[in-house]
Amino acid sequence: MNMNIIVCIKQVPGSNKVEVDPVTGVLKRDGIESKMNPYDLYALETALRLKETYGGTVKVISMGPPQAMQIIREAYAMGADEGILLSDRKFAGADVLATSYTLSQGVREAGEFDLILCGKQTTDGDTAQVGPEMAEYLDIPSVSNVKRIVSVGEEAITVEMDMTHTVEIAKVKFPCLLAVEKDIFMPRLPSYVKMRETKDKEIKVIGFSNLKDQDEKKYGLNGSPTQVKRIFPPESNSKRELWSDSEEVLADKLFKKLKEEKFI
Amino acid sequence: MAKLVINNEKICDKEAFIKICPFGALEIKDGTVDVNDACKMCRLCVRKGPEGAAEVIEGQVKTIDKSAWKGIAVYVDHEDGEIHPVTLELIGKARELADKINHPVYCIFVGAGIGDKARELLHYGVDNIYIYDHEAFKHFRIDVYTSAFEDFIKNIMPTAILVGATNVGRQLAPRVAARFRTGLTADCTVLDIRDNTDLVQIRPAFGGNIMAEIHTPNARPQLATVRYKVMNAPERNSKARGKVTVCDLSNVVLESDIDVIDNVEKAREKFIENADVLVVAGRGVKSQDDLNMIRELADLLGGEVACTRPLIELGWFDAKKQIGLSGRTVRPKLIITCGVSGSVQFAAGMNNSEMIVAINKDDKAPIFKIAHYGIVGDLYEILPRLIAKIKAEKGA
Ligand SMILES: Cc1cc2nc3c(=O)[nH]c(=O)nc-3n(C[C@H](O)[C@H](O)[C@H](O)COP(=O)(O)OP(=O)(O)OC[C@H]3O[C@@H](n4cnc5c(N)ncnc54)[C@H](O)[C@@H]3O)c2cc1C
Ligand SMILES: Nc1ncnc2c1ncn2[C@@H]1O[C@H](COP(=O)(O)O)[C@@H](O)[C@H]1O
Repeated sequence: MNMNIIVCIKQVPGSNKVEVDPVTGVLKRDGIESKMNPYDLYALETALRLKETYGGTVKVISMGPPQAMQIIREAYAMGADEGILLSDRKFAGADVLATSYTLSQGVREAGEFDLILCGKQTTDGDTAQVGPEMAEYLDIPSVSNVKRIVSVGEEAITVEMDMTHTVEIAKVKFPCLLAVEKDIFMPRLPSYVKMRETKDKEIKVIGFSNLKDQDEKKYGLNGSPTQVKRIFPPESNSKRELWSDSEEVLADKLFKKLKEEKFI
Repeated sequence: MAKLVINNEKICDKEAFIKICPFGALEIKDGTVDVNDACKMCRLCVRKGPEGAAEVIEGQVKTIDKSAWKGIAVYVDHEDGEIHPVTLELIGKARELADKINHPVYCIFVGAGIGDKARELLHYGVDNIYIYDHEAFKHFRIDVYTSAFEDFIKNIMPTAILVGATNVGRQLAPRVAARFRTGLTADCTVLDIRDNTDLVQIRPAFGGNIMAEIHTPNARPQLATVRYKVMNAPERNSKARGKVTVCDLSNVVLESDIDVIDNVEKAREKFIENADVLVVAGRGVKSQDDLNMIRELADLLGGEVACTRPLIELGWFDAKKQIGLSGRTVRPKLIITCGVSGSVQFAAGMNNSEMIVAINKDDKAPIFKIAHYGIVGDLYEILPRLIAKIKAEKGA
């Protein structure tokens, strides 16, 4: 059998270090370097393993600014066959709903597929929502928290879904979408040889005008029902005591406190 | 339609202006500032930039009849009928929100043979529990569960729906949200409601380094997920009130593309999320043997041991013991951190704990900003003494 797999990858900031100036409320970010969302490496690795076992193609798709081509190149160096970047000013300001709608439209441009793989979540959006919302738009079944692939058949794939107290073993019909847990497979490192080979490999860039649905209200900010009203620094608890003393005294004070609060 | 417009003539210092944007969405091209696709419409440039430099042109928004949507609903999270305690916490929050706007509190419960379990929830302050009870719902399958949820929303039209941010809730809620083309805010830590029924949702962003307030003003229902141990569970009332409504399934799709072959119980472990007392080891603990001291203290206090991320990386603990943004959120009655610096990523997972005690020898460690009792000292000196005292007390 041949599997056509699409992997959704996103470029995220290299670090989450950001501070809010308490007076002006302006955000200060450290550096602007960015990288592939670490959780998406597991999805890509899963796709590559499936391809190696069952044959087929691996396409990666990303929505983001032109710089996001960098992570598509990285995916090429890991072994992806094709890359698509959805990029347009009209996609800006997208929340989960608009992002997943745009991706679902992009997937339609990518051709036939059996399987879509997503990472568990992103490190910037951190919602884990994009995968299931995309699956809804594409009207295909989805399973999140996939921690193991049990078997692959002609019509369906059987996976283990991690629930809180139980593990559900589910057989899902193709085409379907899976969001995989980290640790499903250890991601490979990009290969230098592949990187050189794919240096000039085409990346298909898709803008708003290339998409089938030309209703601007469904994309970017306009397609986003949620609105960010304000951004502010987290508050720290107000009442607090700081004890400095000899260790003997400190141990005794803590002991008395724990007793007073009935922990002992 | 709303869009962001930059009036370049109003900007004196363009370099400074583009730095306002935390998302790198402002760029200078050929000497003019422009917005790129990284824009999240947070409007910081509007508020923090020079007057008029950035402007939001509000277009015509589709308005909705908010009064047609009534009630705060809670999704009853369960695995094969066993209700997750986050459900009770959400019922408590839903009651508080509903009382502010004089709305009822509903639950939606999808499962198989769940009638008795539903009635038990009536002790926690719900007005009506809608149950979708059928063999097809025995195991969680996203397509049929979404169909039941859709039926509930179409018939009941709740203004807001709260869902636990569990492994089930985090995939079911987005499916439902996309079906209704509505907003969903993940991992809210604070929820409030306006008189016009707009839900005020506050969630950490950038890995907990900042907080964002999010509204869904032009869509209904409003969906939010909330992690376990963020809200307070109400006391069980000995009297049941409200009722259980069994829903008709004629409009619900019961055929699924997913076949559940098995559902196996994981080995029951002691989850750090459920512990009342936690003693946390950080990198200040120098060797694996020293963890015995941490364990001993936890045992004496009837609690569990947890850790920071570097100790997972060292292989000293299973990942389930990690507190923080990329670990678990905990909210014990007492947490004692030993040799933990208190990075934001760590603090995000425990700063709601009722009593925070921190032992750290560096008086500038950030943990002291959140600790209720900050103890500046060497854990190797303090813990053995404390343990000896507790033992002596218990022996007495
Ligand atoms: C995206 C992202 C997500 C992350 N998620 C998490 C997460 O979920 N959880 C998490 O924990 N981390 C997380 N981290 C890592 C986090 O940034 C910190 O690196 C980590 O929490 C630090 O752990 P620590 O406090 O044990 O170690 P350190 O920061 O090294 O602190 C050790 C502390 O021990 C004190 N100390 C040393 N010796 C003694 C002694 N004898 N007695 C008393 N005090 C002593 C020192 O003064 C110091 O303050 C994340 C990072 C990133 C980038
Ligand atoms: N802009 C994007 N482009 C491509 N894939 C994305 C994008 N945003 C999210 N995803 C995918 O959806 C998953 C969940 O993202 P999130 O909902 O942001 O936590 C990620 O791991 C990616 O696989």
